[in-house]
Amino acid sequence: MIDARLVERLVDIVGPKWVLRDSNELHVYSFDATPIVQAFPDVVVMPGSTAEVAEVLKLANDHGIPVIPRGSGTNLAGGTIPVQGGIVLNMTRMNQIYEVDEKNLTATVGPGVVTGEFHKTVEAKGLFYPPDPGSMRISTIGGNVAQCAGGMRGLKYGVTKDYVIGLEYVLPNGQILRCGGKNYKDVAGYDLTRLLVGSEGTLAVITELTLKLLPLPETKRTLSVFCTSLVDAARIVERTISARIIPATMEFLDQATMRVVDDFSHLGLPRDVAAMLLIEQDGPEEQVVRDVERIVQIARSEGAVDVQMAKTPEESAKLMTARRAALAALSRLRPTTILEDATVPRSRLAEMVEAIIRISEKYQVQICTFGHAGDGNLHPTCMTDERDEAEIARVEQAFEEIFATALSLGGTITGEHGVGMTKMKYLSQRVGEGGIELMQAIKAAFDPNGILNPGKVVAKAFRPRMVVRQP
Amino acid sequence: MNNVMAKFDMDELLNCMHCGFCLPTCPTYQQTGLETFSPRGRIGLMKGVAQGKLPLDETFEKNMYACLGCRACETACPAGVRYGRLIETAREVIEDYKRATGQRSAVRRSVVRKVMFKQVFMRPKMLKAIGTVLWALQAIGLQRFADKTGLIRILPRSMAEMQEAVDKVASPRARQARQKSIAPVSVAADAAVGNGAGSVVESETRPVAGLGAASPAAEPRRTYETVWSRPLRIGMFTGCIMDLMFYETNQSTARLLAKAGCEVVFIEQEACCGALHAHSGEKSDAVSLAKRNIEAFERANVDLVVNNAGGCGAALKEYDDWLKDDAEWAYRAKRFVEKVRDISELLVDLPPLKFTKSLNARVTYQDSCHLAHGQGVRRQPRALIRSIPGVEYVELPFADSCCGSAGIYNITNFDMSMQILDDKMKHVKETKPDIVVTANPGCLLQMKKGILRAGLEDQIEAVHIVDLLNRVVD
Repeated sequence: MIDARLVERLVDIVGPKWVLRDSNELHVYSFDATPIVQAFPDVVVMPGSTAEVAEVLKLANDHGIPVIPRGSGTNLAGGTIPVQGGIVLNMTRMNQIYEVDEKNLTATVGPGVVTGEFHKTVEAKGLFYPPDPGSMRISTIGGNVAQCAGGMRGLKYGVTKDYVIGLEYVLPNGQILRCGGKNYKDVAGYDLTRLLVGSEGTLAVITELTLKLLPLPETKRTLSVFCTSLVDAARIVERTISARIIPATMEFLDQATMRVVDDFSHLGLPRDVAAMLLIEQDGPEEQVVRDVERIVQIARSEGAVDVQMAKTPEESAKLMTARRAALAALSRLRPTTILEDATVPRSRLAEMVEAIIRISEKYQVQICTFGHAGDGNLHPTCMTDERDEAEIARVEQAFEEIFATALSLGGTITGEHGVGMTKMKYLSQRVGEGGIELMQAIKAAFDPNGILNPGKVVAKAFRPRMVVRQP
Repeated sequence: MNNVMAKFDMDELLNCMHCGFCLPTCPTYQQTGLETFSPRGRIGLMKGVAQGKLPLDETFEKNMYACLGCRACETACPAGVRYGRLIETAREVIEDYKRATGQRSAVRRSVVRKVMFKQVFMRPKMLKAIGTVLWALQAIGLQRFADKTGLIRILPRSMAEMQEAVDKVASPRARQARQKSIAPVSVAADAAVGNGAGSVVESETRPVAGLGAASPAAEPRRTYETVWSRPLRIGMFTGCIMDLMFYETNQSTARLLAKAGCEVVFIEQEACCGALHAHSGEKSDAVSLAKRNIEAFERANVDLVVNNAGGCGAALKEYDDWLKDDAEWAYRAKRFVEKVRDISELLVDLPPLKFTKSLNARVTYQDSCHLAHGQGVRRQPRALIRSIPGVEYVELPFADSCCGSAGIYNITNFDMSMQILDDKMKHVKETKPDIVVTANPGCLLQMKKGILRAGLEDQIEAVHIVDLLNRVVD
């Protein structure tokens, strides 16, 4: 489908070094962090500028070739799998931090900037970019914005969409456009910035981003709370928030997750409790101390068996890093690890956790749960083996029931990973047929030929979790 | 063909969930930004070949050999994937497959390989002969002459480039004068611990390299207690490159141990550790070298086997894994591995060295990858450096990121190696040390080369940790 002449044209645009197409190169861009799914691109192109992106898109659009924008490939819903082949457009070369504007508290960056590196840069200036997805040491800002990545600070600070105020983007026809900018207030027309955040590469290719920054909080404190029942943990979360305290982070880990995290991080976590909460509050010293004391009180009165405060910033950092490694550490248990992100309103957390336990028993599959308790965003994680077809079928059924339960509790099928390809079949249950039709119409307005990340989010057909295409 | 493929450990390959946590720690990914140069990408390729989705061809071979084998990804991997073993297996499969199908390696590597693996490192005598030739060349100034006249160009460019970092090697006469054993220097008078040394009691088991070492917190901690009245008998593992290029460092190692109250013996029958063979897919040669060493050190009846080369040490500590399926050798290998120590690892547990001088210098430390990521030894060398009176210790940013030496990588993949080295030197320059300390001969040569490349030879010196300690102990 991509002939030698087209490859030559791509080489003319980005240079020979940045057009990859030998068998090995195509293979390593055939997967992201999503288990099981795999499909091969025809070519991988790594543009170095907006102008190059525009030319590549125009060429692809003229020839009806799929284009799949990609950052560091840490997606968990198959969002960057080239299910219909075509061009994987790897944006990691556009990794410049153009400006940190200390007067307006904004930063302007290329999409390939690694989120963790961006944190370091702004924090060195006493500024703060709150979104902190688990993959932040690897994932790119562009990828985070395309997915509207969440993270552990969502409860107090919101998610990626709350910090994107301006974009430069390229339409499939090669047109370079801008929306938003450095204005915190801007109601000129439809809010295309918000629309593009979380559009999963299906509407346009983002080539530059203007992000909102906050002052770096003065101090923070981290608490570990251990409970003998999941319900106790959920109640501590509810009671804390109804006491008008909004911690920066309230993370939840069940027993099985705690054990593997401890095996990896050697924190000396107790092994006989049912769950732990990792709570972090930040802000001015005086307020943080007051909040933390109050949370300790609440936790004790609601049945926590132990409450520990991290003694040093290093200890806090170690706890948070350990939590970030939960997913990958779980993968030690079985060959294949499938992580989902069913989300419910905070007040239904305990019900959801109990339902997950019931469902895992019903289908005889091993599911551990951890997640962002403060915002009801859970990560039921299934340890399985992709070579066992019968078990994989039961896993699919279990997740189907988990999503149905989340929806019935007023929740959603995905809190922060996106729809990609693996959750397409549940989307209509969440947004309705009317919602899907409207989204499809929006997609057609941006991308009439359907070249951008085809087969994802609102595509007309969905595929089950499997290897879809070989070269 | 299927037999060849069966060597891939499918369970271990599937353990990689392609989360990408390895990407920021991989020096070759950092240089290229390409997934083919990342641990997750390489594991994906291995999986592809193992599943028959990808051909086992030159492209795959090139990608497998583009890896430094530094194992920084193992430290970063939360899933505990034993990448070091996977890459060794992949190379073993490549070499087996080529032998089975009668293919030949890319020319340059094939020459280097044949000479190095089949001749030089299999025969201690050959190494000694090379040492003599090198000494003779240096003695009559031929090295500089060859350098000046361009005669050096008959060597592959990478070797020609690297030779400028080589110091004067020991003369054959000096080598012959080596004593077979060195008696302990009495330290009883001022040592805090009983007779100064004794047998070894381990309170915790040492993590097996590549397994426990996958986690950054898994630093081995032991207590040595005096049980016997006789000093520890140490078998000195001299290593091939180490003994060839840094003979004096080996001598100093033995002297330091003697000063710490140990009896040190050199083992005539010692063979190459086999690390370079294992890293390059010549596993059966590696295994036969391992057996030779186990036998030789058993016969010498030593309490511990001490080395001063991170790369050798990591291999020595893997002998039990190499021989785990060999009924006759598995137990002997396990016993051997229990005795292996890096010099820093042992020195911090022996009575403190008596420093007779101070060293007023700003000193930094470049980890040896296979000491840090392979053996989990990070704390000990730093503690030793800090303990020297007068030293101002500064931590090097990204100290545990590979310098690009990586065994023979700087010969086989010269350009990439130099890119990585130049980045390393930027951090060294920012750190402004007087001395960069290393703990492995390859790293030491590479850092010397880096200092030359950066034009810093008047300001910075690269020194093996043993030589540094030796300067302040009479």
